[in-house]
Amino acid sequence: MLSSLVEIVILSLQVSGIALLFSTLIGIPLGAIMGLNRFTGRKVVIALLYTGMGFPPVVIGLLVYLLLSRSGPLGALPWPWVPNLFTPGAMILAQTIIAFPLVAGFTMAAVMGVDPQLRQQVISLGATARQTAAVVLVEARVGVMVSIIAGFGGIISEVGAVMLVGGNIEGSTRVLTTAIVLETRKGNFDLALALGGVLLALSFIANLSMLRLQGKAFDE
Amino acid sequence: MTHLAAGLPGIVYHLQDVVKSYNGRRVLAIDSLEIRQGEVFALVGPSGAGKSTLLRLLNFLESPSSGSLAFHGQEFSNGLETPLEMRRRVTMVFQRPMLLNRSVWENVAFGLKLRGQRQRDVDIQAALDQVGLSSLARQRARTLSGGEAQRVALARALVLRPEVLLMDEPTANLDPHNIGIIEEIAARLNREQGVTLVLVTHNIFQARRLAARVGFMLDGKLIETAAADKFFESPEDARTAAFVKGDMVY
Repeated sequence: MLSSLVEIVILSLQVSGIALLFSTLIGIPLGAIMGLNRFTGRKVVIALLYTGMGFPPVVIGLLVYLLLSRSGPLGALPWPWVPNLFTPGAMILAQTIIAFPLVAGFTMAAVMGVDPQLRQQVISLGATARQTAAVVLVEARVGVMVSIIAGFGGIISEVGAVMLVGGNIEGSTRVLTTAIVLETRKGNFDLALALGGVLLALSFIANLSMLRLQGKAFDE
Repeated sequence: MTHLAAGLPGIVYHLQDVVKSYNGRRVLAIDSLEIRQGEVFALVGPSGAGKSTLLRLLNFLESPSSGSLAFHGQEFSNGLETPLEMRRRVTMVFQRPMLLNRSVWENVAFGLKLRGQRQRDVDIQAALDQVGLSSLARQRARTLSGGEAQRVALARALVLRPEVLLMDEPTANLDPHNIGIIEEIAARLNREQGVTLVLVTHNIFQARRLAARVGFMLDGKLIETAAADKFFESPEDARTAAFVKGDMVY
């Protein structure tokens, strides 16, 4: 019992952790580009991003399911990096799609909140475009960290998408949220509540760790 | 980038028929202006005259909507990107210094770090000494007073040893003590290191104290430029004369 709980916890952290890493790698540069640049079609991209931030996870799960199913556009491809349905890879893909608009959207807002004068003065001191973006991101680090926390919160507690594309297979794709659904359906409310407590505790510890990583910035 | 045949020795900037517009609204229209190597050139005029816009063009932060702006005979206009090495020969001290949320030392070192020059502690210390802030080197820059922050901004500019230093209302809202320090450093930079200074100021007394040549701007146009003595004693344009006299000109 305990070993299967540990397994579920580890898989939950692995899936959401890797998905968060991908979301951060996509979302922070995207948010910085959107926040720092003005180009034709920017408003459309922002509108899409905002839509993505509020997109129901279960719908994303459905889309990923259709994409990866055998008759779907990606399912028939022999590429090794395309994950199969009902594997942790498929769950990571779904959660990445859920989280990256959150990371990008909040990063964009944080970057736009940095005084434009700072950017001009950094350029005036001889910064390249890349150096300027890095400085602005560092100055916006509180907001950027919030974007990562929001992304993590959006996926660690998510159930619809992982249920659809993972299938809640014991020992393979069962994570905390899907285990809670299963135990509730079986009438094991004590166990479901205990799993809920573990999920809450994990979320709290993860957020606390991120705040500590950020150092003193929140106190300034 | 175009090499102008008219890249005359001793001329740092040459502007010809430069226009800057935002959303179709013309905010700057300079028929002709030259800024010479090693001079202190002051731009005076009321708010909204286009002085800061002109300074941003000289700092390559923006490019002209039309016309030609040449730096040492090399023209940068029509949206052409200014080469980094050229941009790094010019820096600016802004009216409202934006310091990074780091220590005073790190702020002064910042421009050097951007250039990959990390072994310049002696220069950083010298710049801090020059602005009289060595004792605050480890303090967080955002805890400084307005005058101290502006002196940090000046230190982070002068540590770069720029060929041209642009100053946009550097002493606005500062107390006389800080104004004195900043003016003295600016004058010394020009005198001892030959740095070309372009100073935007509302304060005609400051222009008189520092500049060898002065230009008067109004409604985006350069009305008159002249040697400081002539500018203040016998200006040619009636609007310049009124401004120098202290009349309301807008």
